[in-house]
Amino acid sequence: MQVTVLGAGCANCHTLQDRANQALGHLGADSSAELVTDYAVIAGYGIMNTPALVIDEQVVLAGRIPSVAELVSMFAGRQS
Amino acid sequence: MTGLTVRRRRLPMPGRSGDGASWLRLGAAAGLWVAVFMANGPLWDWAVHDLAGLSVDSRLGDGVHFFFYDTVKIGLLLGGIIFAVAVLRTFISVERTRELLGGRGQVVGYVLAAALGVATPFCSCSAVPVFIGFVAAGVPLGMTMTFLIASPLVNEVAVVLVAGSFGWDVAALYVATGLSIAVVAGVVIGRLGLERWVEPFVYQTTVGTLHTARNSPSWQERFTLARAEVASIIRRIWPYLLVGIGIGATIHGWAPEDFFARYAGPDNPFAVLVAVVLGIPLYSNAAGTIPLVEALHAKGVALGTSLAFMMSVVALSLPEMVLLRRVLRPRLLAIFIGVVGTGILAVGYLFNAVL
Repeated sequence: MQVTVLGAGCANCHTLQDRANQALGHLGADSSAELVTDYAVIAGYGIMNTPALVIDEQVVLAGRIPSVAELVSMFAGRQS
Repeated sequence: MTGLTVRRRRLPMPGRSGDGASWLRLGAAAGLWVAVFMANGPLWDWAVHDLAGLSVDSRLGDGVHFFFYDTVKIGLLLGGIIFAVAVLRTFISVERTRELLGGRGQVVGYVLAAALGVATPFCSCSAVPVFIGFVAAGVPLGMTMTFLIASPLVNEVAVVLVAGSFGWDVAALYVATGLSIAVVAGVVIGRLGLERWVEPFVYQTTVGTLHTARNSPSWQERFTLARAEVASIIRRIWPYLLVGIGIGATIHGWAPEDFFARYAGPDNPFAVLVAVVLGIPLYSNAAGTIPLVEALHAKGVALGTSLAFMMSVVALSLPEMVLLRRVLRPRLLAIFIGVVGTGILAVGYLFNAVL
């Protein structure tokens, strides 16, 4: 499972990246969330509201920061 | 109480059973809000003058009273209005806004862009992705600029604070002139044909379409989102707010009456210009600026000059210019600052002339 955070590098994006990593750690996954700040790439996903979260090339949310618990259940649903 | 633990799982059938309890809690919170708002003035009169024994007429007593009374008043107004606006915003998205703006006639398009700039939810660090998303998808450059100017200039925080400090009639004038600046600046930029001064990569970007499951959220979810929004905005702006109110309280208590009238009163033709220029490098948001501006106005700074200073601080901030530089080449950025700055100047002189 590949987790990517899209955003301009502001505080919101870093919060989301931290929480995603916490959630991944919670699930014992050996991967970590990658942060992409390239505007062209962000636009390519159709994202206008940052931060956004992409799991395996699929945008799962944009424009808000979910809790760690919500991320855990999101990732767990994809893992199986 | 099932309502307190918010279930985030998407059920196949959206569970609406929590909505009744959510509305009840909202009603209780609204009642409490009104009670605290009414008690705020008498409470601090009593605490500062009777409990702490400070005289109404002393500088310290006046300043301390201003600080506590204003902090509670502004906190309440912000919490209430941000919540209401956040609930309304769960009904609209940036994607929907872009659809609405595509293929509009000129006049309707610009007015709509300004209105949607106010209504559409997005944080200031999303300004660049929004710019790319709009322009690359074919929304005209001028309309996109109107949208991006209106959004920080006429936001709910600014309107609430202007109303709290100067009254709702001035707030209405602020909204009307703020929207006019956004529309006129966008039309001017659109007419000048400046598309070649946008960074080329913007037009080369292929914009993807976002497919997310958009089932309409329940009221409980809307309220939860709105509450999170209130918490996040207050967390972000409270230091600015306290510093702004603190400086305001100091000016309120210590600066002599009409101290600024000599320098920045209605008679000084350069006051508005100086205010706008001073506002550009100052980075704050409406929350920190308005208590300060209120105190300046009370000590003799003309209203137009005060509002021009505030608009300049929120609409022409240096960090936002740095962000926009990623998509706008220097000439277009300079024209953007020039056009918006001129609009703010005009508003300042207009207010000073008619009020």
